[in-house]
Amino acid sequence: MALLEVQNLKIYYPIRGGILSRIVGYVKAVDDVSFTVDKGETVGLIGESGSGKSTIGKSILGLVPIHAGTILFDGEDITKHIGKNRSPYRKSVQMIFQDVNSSLNPKKRVLDVIAEPIRNFEKLTKEEERKRVDELLTIVGMSPENAIKYPHEFSGGQKQRIGVARAIALKPKLIVADEPVSALDLSIQAQVLNYLKDVQEELGLAYLFISHDMGVVKHMCEKLTIMNKGRFVESGLSQEIYENPEHIYTRRLLASIPDIDPTKKEENSQKRAVINAEYESENKNYYDENGKVYDLKRITDNHFVAKL
Amino acid sequence: MDKILEINNLVTSFSISRKFYPAVDGISLEIYKNEVLAIVGESGSGKSAMAMSIMQLLNPNYSKIEGSVIFNGKELIGMKEKALNKVRGSGISMIFQDALSALNPLMRIGEQIEESLLYHTTLNKEARTQRAVELLGKVGIVNPELVHNQYPHELSGGMRQRAMIAISIAANPEILIADEPTTALDVTIQSQILDLLRQLQKDIGSSIILITHDLGVVAEMATRVAVMYGGQIVEIAPVLEIFENPRHPYTRSLLASIPHINQSGKRLNAIRGMVPSLKYMPRSGCRFADRTPWLSKEIHEKEPTYHEVGVGHKVLCTCYKSFYFENEEKTKNGGVL
Ligand SMILES: Nc1ncnc2c1ncn2[C@@H]1O[C@H](COP(=O)(O)OP(=O)(O)OP(=O)(O)O)[C@@H](O)[C@H]1O
Ligand SMILES: Nc1ncnc2c1ncn2[C@@H]1O[C@H](COP(=O)(O)OP(=O)(O)OP(=O)(O)O)[C@@H](O)[C@H]1O
Ligand SMILES: [Mg+2]
Ligand SMILES: [Mg+2]
Repeated sequence: MALLEVQNLKIYYPIRGGILSRIVGYVKAVDDVSFTVDKGETVGLIGESGSGKSTIGKSILGLVPIHAGTILFDGEDITKHIGKNRSPYRKSVQMIFQDVNSSLNPKKRVLDVIAEPIRNFEKLTKEEERKRVDELLTIVGMSPENAIKYPHEFSGGQKQRIGVARAIALKPKLIVADEPVSALDLSIQAQVLNYLKDVQEELGLAYLFISHDMGVVKHMCEKLTIMNKGRFVESGLSQEIYENPEHIYTRRLLASIPDIDPTKKEENSQKRAVINAEYESENKNYYDENGKVYDLKRITDNHFVAKL
Repeated sequence: MDKILEINNLVTSFSISRKFYPAVDGISLEIYKNEVLAIVGESGSGKSAMAMSIMQLLNPNYSKIEGSVIFNGKELIGMKEKALNKVRGSGISMIFQDALSALNPLMRIGEQIEESLLYHTTLNKEARTQRAVELLGKVGIVNPELVHNQYPHELSGGMRQRAMIAISIAANPEILIADEPTTALDVTIQSQILDLLRQLQKDIGSSIILITHDLGVVAEMATRVAVMYGGQIVEIAPVLEIFENPRHPYTRSLLASIPHINQSGKRLNAIRGMVPSLKYMPRSGCRFADRTPWLSKEIHEKEPTYHEVGVGHKVLCTCYKSFYFENEEKTKNGGVL
């Protein structure tokens, strides 16, 4: 049994209009997707900005209402547990939020931000708690004296690391990591990613790893799913997808990765122009007449693509 | 080349338990017309603090700015708020690292773009609306009419970031300070945004200060690169030089930590130790010395100075001459100039 099993998930946000703010339509943020995450594995979720990645992540934490579909964790329908702060589910699943600022209460010291989940589930003395917080801060590359500061006193990357420390505090079974290292410079990014891998091995932790950095995803994830317009366009083993990208959107994504060699500027921009032209001309094979992504089809046991 | 901005010995300090500690510690820098200067550096090294100081946007209750920032011949430090507001927007405008707190949560996205157009252009109401929708399209928003009417909380992280980019380029600024402008964007949209910035630079001759930790973006966009560590610029050079001939130990360590798409699973290189917090950052000597404990202390200058190592290529402290990586044979690279 998979640790997390998401089936036919749909999440629609209402669009309101007119003077009465009536619902005039829906943004189909997530439109019928299914996937699983096994114990101890890392599944990468990448794709277009606005394609529904964070919405999927939040739905697993019960933070957005779902329109249709089921979310099973350890075989249990989690929608029943939502709202119960101390339920074991709440301990087992944590999220590193993309938007660090709104997830860090500006009135709380870092110590309280990180210790909050611990306080909900464990009875530690003040000293034990402080010791744990200090350890967690060290792990994310920050010195312990930061514990008594407030969020506004930190740089963007430092805040992101506080969010990481908070999510790993309870050693959960699943972490939804939404762009966990996007604000970090490479060296600290390396340090945090290495740590995420270490705790994973140690505790058999699973990640749903949302990122737009293909290098990071490649490094972290054995399985990968690519999203576009609320749907999955390609999914399977990372290795297979990188070596043999099938969907036109995936190919475009791979061609857009900036190269760290400044002498290849021209060459790359030509490559991109070719792919973009292909994207236009082959559009019909990948999107129906309403622009909707087709259903996933099996290519090999480890590789699925949405095409005609 | 024409100078458009000149920063002299900028020191920006924050108050921590009633004492001031410098986050920007004596930066001098010139920005030329039409160039893209990339600023890279460790998290917490003072990049955003420097940007906010140029814009004069830090809260004086807990910060202090010393030194001088001259824009088009005028000193910005100490300038009256009213005069500053004329500079902000069409003179210097900024894409903030934190899009959500920079956007007004109670105003529709369209209104926020139109507000900037109202202050800095002569467009009428109708033309402003049209221009706002057009700008949203330009930053790659798929449904610009819909988003024009939405509030920030209704957008995804990357959509907010793009809405803010639209606001900051609306007034065609002479200098655009872009603080991590593409961190929340997928690479296809990122490349679209980078094209847009290049166009701004070409069409109106804007200069761009691009703060980013994405070295791929640096390679694609920058003409020059400044590398920051501990509130100082430790190395500055034309973009090719930085990648082909990095000298400062921090720059070299940074380039060694890139996760590469062709080599998955391997352990990534991280720089040993951690950046001390503001309060404990050394205030004299080579700030990076603590991170390279395997090297002799003798190789650092007591008071580090800049050394010219190539055309437009400067590096702080003599330690670059004898740096080698911890797992590297001393003879291989040590002592090489
Ligand atoms: N309001 C504040 N009060 C106290 N310290 C602050 C404040 N704002 C920033 N700092 C500190 O100043 C230093 C520089 O912060 P800054 O935001 O400039 O870093 P940065 O280089 O932009 O980092 P990042 O890449 O993580 O965004 C950090 O050590 C940070 O903790
Ligand atoms: N609270 C909300 N109300 C209305 N629409 C919303 C809300 N939250 C998200 N949306 C819409 O749902 C879609 C998906 O948003 P989501 O945040 O899941 O995207 P994402 O894939 O995480 O994008 P990014 O990479 O930019 O973070 C977007 O069109 C967004 O505008
Ligand atoms: Mg998101
Ligand atoms: Mg910053």
